[in-house]
Amino acid sequence: MAHFKKKSANTKQDVPTSAMPDVVFMLLIFFMVTTVLREVELKVQIDYTQAENIEKIEQKRLVSYIYIGPERLGPTEVGESKVQIDDAIVEDINAIRTIMYDKLMEQPRLIVSLRVDRDSDFGLITDVTQELRHAGTLRINYSTKREI
Amino acid sequence: MALLNKKKRPDPEIPGSSLADIAFLLLIFFLVTTTINVDTGIGLTLPPIPDENVEPPPIKERNLLNILVNAQGLVLLDETPSSITEVKQKVKDFITNCEPGNPCVEDLSEGPTDAIISIKTDRQTPYNIYVNMLDEVIGAYNELRDEKARELYGVPFKALEETSQEYQAIAKDVYPKKISIAEPDEGNS
Repeated sequence: MAHFKKKSANTKQDVPTSAMPDVVFMLLIFFMVTTVLREVELKVQIDYTQAENIEKIEQKRLVSYIYIGPERLGPTEVGESKVQIDDAIVEDINAIRTIMYDKLMEQPRLIVSLRVDRDSDFGLITDVTQELRHAGTLRINYSTKREI
Repeated sequence: MALLNKKKRPDPEIPGSSLADIAFLLLIFFLVTTTINVDTGIGLTLPPIPDENVEPPPIKERNLLNILVNAQGLVLLDETPSSITEVKQKVKDFITNCEPGNPCVEDLSEGPTDAIISIKTDRQTPYNIYVNMLDEVIGAYNELRDEKARELYGVPFKALEETSQEYQAIAKDVYPKKISIAEPDEGNS
């Protein structure tokens, strides 16, 4: 047995862990900075469409979202197409005008991002864009995924 | 001598061994709640509501390319049925008509600065068909702008800064994006 003992080295076998909290904090700070907390709870179901010629919205603070898609009624069933702004479904299309106007007053460089389900009728979207024109929020963005 | 016998004080250090655990917990929380999805989409600027007292400026029929899309996704391009894949080339031909070096065709536009693309749909047209159409039209403009940027400055259009003079020169004076989205038809068919 003495023979075997001699073979092992005298150095410590531990990995130094004293720097671990620093490493973890670094990662933590990275994620805290890049994170955007889930803004709203979606009440409509949205399956994005795809396009090739798309652009990124760099300034997220300017963006306000409008969600359009079939209403979620249960785990699997969906209802008619509805418009959702922030946390609530807007039943009256004409109310969009005042809602968006108020938002424009808060943020004059507002960009409205329309997140629309791919199978929605375009008529509803036109109604919404007409309201946006009345509200004066003219910069819009049709949210799409990159086509692969 | 009594002083030396004093009880040994406990170490005044804060225990730091659990620091890593706390940090990990926070890290996992942020990992789970994080959404690193970049917002991408087709950007447009809507026209303001026209003033009722002001007559809209007259537009020559030949400067207007009418694209009609019905609920089945069938495309009518200036009264001729065509497929969605042909649209990009036809739009490019339409815009670059009468450019220096290009022959002037009678019923296409009088030049890139006059050309207007009008997209009209039915109310029942699915959104993704409309977006495909818009995508093709914007693609045509992007390709033309890109060619121009390479020709004039030797760089792709995307490499130009949005605020730079070169970008503005192409985007405003050479190929201005004039896309009109018309009110949809009721289209009960």
